[in-house]
Amino acid sequence: MEGRAVIARATKTVVPRRPRARRSLYLQYLVEPFAYLSPAIVLIGTVILIPLIIGISYSFQSIELLRPFDSGWVGFENYAALWSDRKFWIALENTFFWTFWSVSLQFLLGLGLALLLNTQFFGKRLFQALVFLPWAVPTFLSALTWAWLFNPVIGPLPHWLADLGILSEPYNILGDPELAIWGPIMANIWFGVPFFAITLLAALQSIPGELYEAAEIDGASAWQTFSKITLPFLAPMIAITVMLRTIWIANFADLIFVMTGGGPANSTQILSTYIFTTAFRKLDFGYASTIAVALLLILLIYSLIVLWLRKKLIKI
Amino acid sequence: MPAALRRSPAATVAKYAALLCYLVFALFPLYWLIKIAVTPDALVFTEGTQVIPSAVTLDNFRTVLLQTDFLSYFGNSLYVSLGTAAVTTLVAAAAGYAFSRFDFAGKKLLIAVMLITQMFPLLMIIAPIYKIISQVGMLNSLTSLIVVYTAFNIPFATFLMQSFFDGIPKDLEEAAMMDGSTRFQALYKVVFPLTLPGLGATLGFVFTAAWSELLFALMLISKNDAMTFPVGLLTFVSKFSVDWGQMMAAGVLALVPSCLFFIFIQRYLVQGLTSGAVKG
Repeated sequence: MEGRAVIARATKTVVPRRPRARRSLYLQYLVEPFAYLSPAIVLIGTVILIPLIIGISYSFQSIELLRPFDSGWVGFENYAALWSDRKFWIALENTFFWTFWSVSLQFLLGLGLALLLNTQFFGKRLFQALVFLPWAVPTFLSALTWAWLFNPVIGPLPHWLADLGILSEPYNILGDPELAIWGPIMANIWFGVPFFAITLLAALQSIPGELYEAAEIDGASAWQTFSKITLPFLAPMIAITVMLRTIWIANFADLIFVMTGGGPANSTQILSTYIFTTAFRKLDFGYASTIAVALLLILLIYSLIVLWLRKKLIKI
Repeated sequence: MPAALRRSPAATVAKYAALLCYLVFALFPLYWLIKIAVTPDALVFTEGTQVIPSAVTLDNFRTVLLQTDFLSYFGNSLYVSLGTAAVTTLVAAAAGYAFSRFDFAGKKLLIAVMLITQMFPLLMIIAPIYKIISQVGMLNSLTSLIVVYTAFNIPFATFLMQSFFDGIPKDLEEAAMMDGSTRFQALYKVVFPLTLPGLGATLGFVFTAAWSELLFALMLISKNDAMTFPVGLLTFVSKFSVDWGQMMAAGVLALVPSCLFFIFIQRYLVQGLTSGAVKG
């Protein structure tokens, strides 16, 4: 490189400069960024995008590894089976329940934590590090830890719940079809509150302090300050975070798979765990892909509605 | 709000009570994990639900480390996570740099594609990936896990790196380039040292993500000697579900690397994550 620069400088007077300059401009603006981007593009293309297309095509085929000679294109057969699959509708309902309660409780507790962290108190740095710790715990370990906490032999929770009169006797709620889903939801809240707190805290810190001072001078109550200044400023951040988190949680299968495996009696089966168990245990790739396409469509419709709502609200 | 809280003593008490609740909620499950891990086997059933054990032992850790395959799982996970973190950070740094410094045709499209990969159900590609990897004969190979995890983590890591590059003034490298160095030299000598904290944070995020990935590892790895920690622990749990102390000791061990990285990236957490989130 150095050598070439020297030559270029030496031949400067002889060789007309323009074509060279244009070539380097061309290089700089069209080729160079792609040189930096190509590894990322190649990896995302081959590991995510191509398999994604193949996955969609699987939903129109019969691919069961346990029955290798039965494979082939079947048109919409898988979708017809999905429509009449009772387990699919149960899983769909559970997905809504799981996502709604996980997101709303994570959000409320995360907002509370962010508001607290936005004030001054003794030992704040240490406190912040400790309450954010669950976020660093690997998900499979969060799942196991909470499963153990709910176990009446070694966990305290069933006994405490029985003492409070919520349970008639200390038994494992993960084995109770009525209550089992609250186990993974609890684990999810524990694991997800820090994320909401971090995002909301940053948004809080970007609110200009003068606004609060002005409100104080005008004698606004704490609730007025919160509802008239804090909430409106947070709203855009809340909207984006909640939307992204909803999608993420609807896709999130690890906790439920480890804690209950979708049982008892499918009472905790959500669409993403149904996809995984169908692919992993039954090795029925065609049907697993069909459920996945259904989940994808649901999430797509959800995002479109949210984006549409956002546009409408901003216009006003 | 802060002013109102400062005024009344009742509000102060309520605030500290709330802080305490959050602290207990965050730490209690981890305390319990460690508590059962250090409780001697003989006491697990008699005082399993007692908050403080009457005796403490490290036997469970010794058994887990010396008599089971956990060290091998641990090594596999470390290899996969470090490999993924290193490759991802390198690739994402290059991509993030391009997003931060260049305007080019297709930039918006690329960013949109990367955002979409963050939103669709990744489980959707678990079957095709399994088939592709089994066709090239790479099942039970840790390298295949590294490739898959790297691709999954590139989008987020790229946005993170981009936000770090955006924080470094363009003038610095332009000045270096004026003085006759190539862009690559400017990148290496001027930008690289400034972005070390960003690289560290990205390494940390990707490492923790790879360390805790379970479902693809379950699908792609079935041989015992290639199992990563999550797969190994889960297999262990479903096989020997009464060795509570040992399982929890293994769990505590799995916690160690993530916590180390967490302490390391704590500083960048709020700043890095949010600047990425705001832009994303």
